[in-house]
Amino acid sequence: MAIELNGKSYETDEEGYLLNLGEWNEEVAAFLAQQEGVNMTDQHWEVITFLRDYYNEFQIAPAVRVLTKAIGKKLGPEKGNSQYLYELFPYGPAKQACKIAGLPKPTGCV
Amino acid sequence: MTTKKFMFVNRKAPYGTIYAWEALEVVLIAAAFEQDVSIAFLDDGVFQLKKGHQTKDIGVKAFEKTWGALEDYDVTKLYVAQESLAERGLTADDLAIPVEVLSRADIGKKMEEQDVLLSF
Amino acid sequence: MLHIINKSPYDRPALDSALQTGEGGILFTEDGVYAIAKGGAAEAKIKAAQGKFKFYALGADIDARGLSDRVMEGISVVDYGGFVDLVAEYKTNQSWL
Repeated sequence: MAIELNGKSYETDEEGYLLNLGEWNEEVAAFLAQQEGVNMTDQHWEVITFLRDYYNEFQIAPAVRVLTKAIGKKLGPEKGNSQYLYELFPYGPAKQACKIAGLPKPTGCV
Repeated sequence: MTTKKFMFVNRKAPYGTIYAWEALEVVLIAAAFEQDVSIAFLDDGVFQLKKGHQTKDIGVKAFEKTWGALEDYDVTKLYVAQESLAERGLTADDLAIPVEVLSRADIGKKMEEQDVLLSF
Repeated sequence: MLHIINKSPYDRPALDSALQTGEGGILFTEDGVYAIAKGGAAEAKIKAAQGKFKFYALGADIDARGLSDRVMEGISVVDYGGFVDLVAEYKTNQSWL
């Protein structure tokens, strides 16, 4: 499968996750968000950036419990809770945010 | 959910086979389900923890970075067999993360305490 | 003959078997490169055989396993091009499974 966007093609797996992490850019992120029905705000981008940094550091996409805890540590407790993250990404912060961030499906997410 | 004691027994060198990476994935999955997870490194499994993996030229992900995430997953019980390190000319200082170095016999005792043992 | 060994000497006896074949070259690749790490139990076996065998190891596999700072003496580290040259240089070669 692939996404066609502004004359460029981005390969994805059958669930719509980008296959090549390096191809990610804000344009394709916005497109993926739109497909997920997510209206991107600064708060959404903050989580996306956090996830990409986490992946660069540890080479994995964190499971939701881990994501919540790690965000709490870095961005404060008012953001490090599942209610806040589910409001931003209703179909699962790890799953949906990872897709928009161009990461693979989180390990431990079935 | 009932919590069980899971021990993952890692006995294979990294990269030559996919076992080591698969083991790490299952560890993370079990931990994400809030199970009581520990990992034992024996035999060539101790090589997985060696510092300084530079995998660019063989085109695979290096383990070293992901070991750092174990703490976020509350996986802190890492046991390494003393005899296996010694046979390979390694000490705890050669490893990428802090671990508990135990004799094989003591690792055997830890195994006895588990509900589930999974071997990789 | 060039022997190509890609299994850890601590896991499989391929190195021991190859050393018993007489003389020639031994190229370590993949997990085979653990044989040439200083301080390991395989080091002595290689030292003892250095009169009869020439030893080579693939650099990319050494780097991947974090061993670049502990390669023992008397080992020629080769790149992928060197690997091909070795296979061409020896009359026969054998990959140990």
